[in-house]
Amino acid sequence: MQKTYYDPSDLKKFGKISDWNEELGSKFFEYYNSVFKEGALSEREKSLIALAVAHTIQCPYCIDAYTGDGLQRGITKEEMMEALHVAGAIRGGASLVHGVQMMNKVNKLEM
Amino acid sequence: MTQKSLHKRHSELANSKRQLEILSNGIFQNGDLPTFKNKIAETNQFPLKAKKLEILQINVGYMCNQVCEHCHVDAGPDRKEIMTRETMQQCLDVIEKTGAHTLDLTGGAPEMNPDFRWFVEEASKVGIKDFIVRSNLTIIRANKKYYDLPEFFKKHNVHVVSSMPHWTRGKTDKQRGDGVFDKSIKALQDLNAIGYGMPNSNLKLDLVYNPSGAFLPGNQAALEKDFKKALLDDFGIQFHNLFAITNLPISRFLDYLIASENYEDYMYALVEAYNPAAVTNVMCTNTLSVSWDGYLYDCDFNQMLELPVNSKAKHISEYKEQLLEGRNIVISQHCYGCTAGAGSSCQGSVA
Ligand code: SF4
Ligand code: SF4
Repeated sequence: MQKTYYDPSDLKKFGKISDWNEELGSKFFEYYNSVFKEGALSEREKSLIALAVAHTIQCPYCIDAYTGDGLQRGITKEEMMEALHVAGAIRGGASLVHGVQMMNKVNKLEM
Repeated sequence: MTQKSLHKRHSELANSKRQLEILSNGIFQNGDLPTFKNKIAETNQFPLKAKKLEILQINVGYMCNQVCEHCHVDAGPDRKEIMTRETMQQCLDVIEKTGAHTLDLTGGAPEMNPDFRWFVEEASKVGIKDFIVRSNLTIIRANKKYYDLPEFFKKHNVHVVSSMPHWTRGKTDKQRGDGVFDKSIKALQDLNAIGYGMPNSNLKLDLVYNPSGAFLPGNQAALEKDFKKALLDDFGIQFHNLFAITNLPISRFLDYLIASENYEDYMYALVEAYNPAAVTNVMCTNTLSVSWDGYLYDCDFNQMLELPVNSKAKHISEYKEQLLEGRNIVISQHCYGCTAGAGSSCQGSVA
């Protein structure tokens, strides 16, 4: 039996999800591929967004995939780290902004 | 940073037989990955056959002023294999009679061969359409005696193709050694100053990009755009085309892959990115590679693996078009490097 929840080699088998539902699987991959095509945003910009989101949702597969993708595109490690700080700032900010709710509640309850 | 060649270090990977063993064992022997032969047979492309000769690539020696970590030649200052004038003359005799449109001089640093200038002068008289010299750029700044190379190239209408792994100092120096970036920038500015690489200039200056690590090159056109913008904005440098080249798993790059435990993943990545359309145009189908001692190979990679051409004519002195055209190309698993994604050759993408 597999001893860990994640196996890096499973990433290569991502396409297999279509085996059990061909229609939805292929719709998903078609959508996925269209999303990453150059549009108003460049492929490079999209790759950095994907990397930041991957860290936000903490998906090890996506982190692997978009770190590799970034290197292939010539994205530097400094750029990658900056993108992560954007994710970190939004994540931290999302916690802290709820502080206002806490403060409201405290102010309401305290004499 | 590596300071010595694998040969000088007596590494087991300096032995081409050992490299070929590694490329045939493990994941390729146990069937996890298909061999290159079986893969191309799926689309009826085996055996690969040589078409008409278009490009004659001559390796004038393995000596180099640099010792890049990824070097498939295992070049360096400690390599003493150098083409003699006599062998150069034999090459010239062939250049005169072939219909090849491109002559491509490579190394090592070809400029370090003591007869390099003589060879360029003689070869430029033959009237070949495209005369390429692969210059690593830093050689131009390595020693005073090379400072006039840009002028020399211009005089003989040489097409300069130079390597540049990234538009940032950090990534460049990591692959090629400290100070390489600054010297390369200065060399590119010197070349631009006399017209090389300028828009609409006939003095062609192209750059070669190859990844600084165990990953494949991205889209060539997108990388070219990024390189052009960054080099122009930061240094006022211009160039014509960017060739994105995949690192083949041989020699020092193979050594790096194994040492960094990236070998298997890299081979998987190459096989996964296999593109049958690229097979049709792999460079061995229109190129012939000549080694410093005059022997013939299907490509520079096969030369380093010491896999000679499958033909009765084995040496440039025995060159005969009829004997070489239509020959079966000698392949192994390193060939996957030429067929990944958009494909890879000394002229960049092929598909
Ligand atoms: S990659 Fe080119 S410049 Fe670097 S060591 Fe090899 S031959 Fe020399
Ligand atoms: S490595 Fe050489 S022989 Fe193999 S496909 Fe590439 S060019 Fe052809």
